[in-house]
Amino acid sequence: MFDNEMHVSFLGVSQNESFARMVAAAFASQLNPTIEELTDIRTAVSEAVTNAIIHGYSGMRGMVGMDCAIEGRNFTVTIRDEGRGIPNVPLAMQPFYTSVPNLERSGMGFAVMEAFMDSVTVESEVGRGTTVIMKKEIAAVGCDE
Amino acid sequence: MQIKTQRDGETLAVLLTGELDHHSAAPLRVELDALLGDRTIRCLALDLCGVTFMDSSGLGVVLGRYKLMKERGGSVRIQGASRPVERILKMAGVYALLGQQDAERGKGHV
Ligand SMILES: Nc1ncnc2c1ncn2[C@@H]1O[C@H](COP(=O)(O)OP(=O)(O)OP(=O)(O)O)[C@@H](O)[C@H]1O
Ligand SMILES: [Mg+2]
Repeated sequence: MFDNEMHVSFLGVSQNESFARMVAAAFASQLNPTIEELTDIRTAVSEAVTNAIIHGYSGMRGMVGMDCAIEGRNFTVTIRDEGRGIPNVPLAMQPFYTSVPNLERSGMGFAVMEAFMDSVTVESEVGRGTTVIMKKEIAAVGCDE
Repeated sequence: MQIKTQRDGETLAVLLTGELDHHSAAPLRVELDALLGDRTIRCLALDLCGVTFMDSSGLGVVLGRYKLMKERGGSVRIQGASRPVERILKMAGVYALLGQQDAERGKGHV
């Protein structure tokens, strides 16, 4: 059982990218993260939500789900779409790989998620959608600091 | 995302302010490309000191403008990136691609 959790669901439109990262950061704030840790979470969430919108739905109307959970000092965020899915996950996660170079994507989204979070797990099924689970331990800061 | 520009000879200096994500990248790209339609511009100098958030969508904007400038034999320079923004730029090897040395990147204003 988690110490705390929350679930939101929003339409997959680009206006909601900043909404999603703000909500995730606000929820993670109860662990007293540093500014840097919060930036890491905001950036990783932005990458996963942007992917759901651009690649998962690519113009189709669909909902993006975001779950956040806290267990001890561990923060977990799960971002889910019911879009087209990823045919080859290891390939998709390679730095600089993008299936849409014509859209001016750099192919660095998953690399950024992996650099900024402790772990990134991707579950995907073609035609069913994609779930990205990211975890980060928030270091405890002593009260005399 | 707000943009402020200043022309100095062949250089167009652009000061960016705000959050640079997929949502703000689209109008920014249109605005920059309209400015760069002036082919006498040979150097695009991006000052990121006002960018409070950037993800890989920002990389796409920078790399896309680099391609555009390179096609006309021009260049792109970046300065003023905050630590987290710089981290993403470095991950993608952007400074090396632009041919910029460490010392040139420091904080600065247009
Ligand atoms: N939610 C998703 N649904 C379907 N395909 C996805 C999803 N997320 C990622 N992908 C696939 O994985 C590839 C790599 O994703 P990644 O975020 O690393 O790069 P990108 O989005 O293409 O570029 P960038 O994030 O740098 O703008 C994408 O090009 C896309 O093909
Ligand atoms: Mg991406």
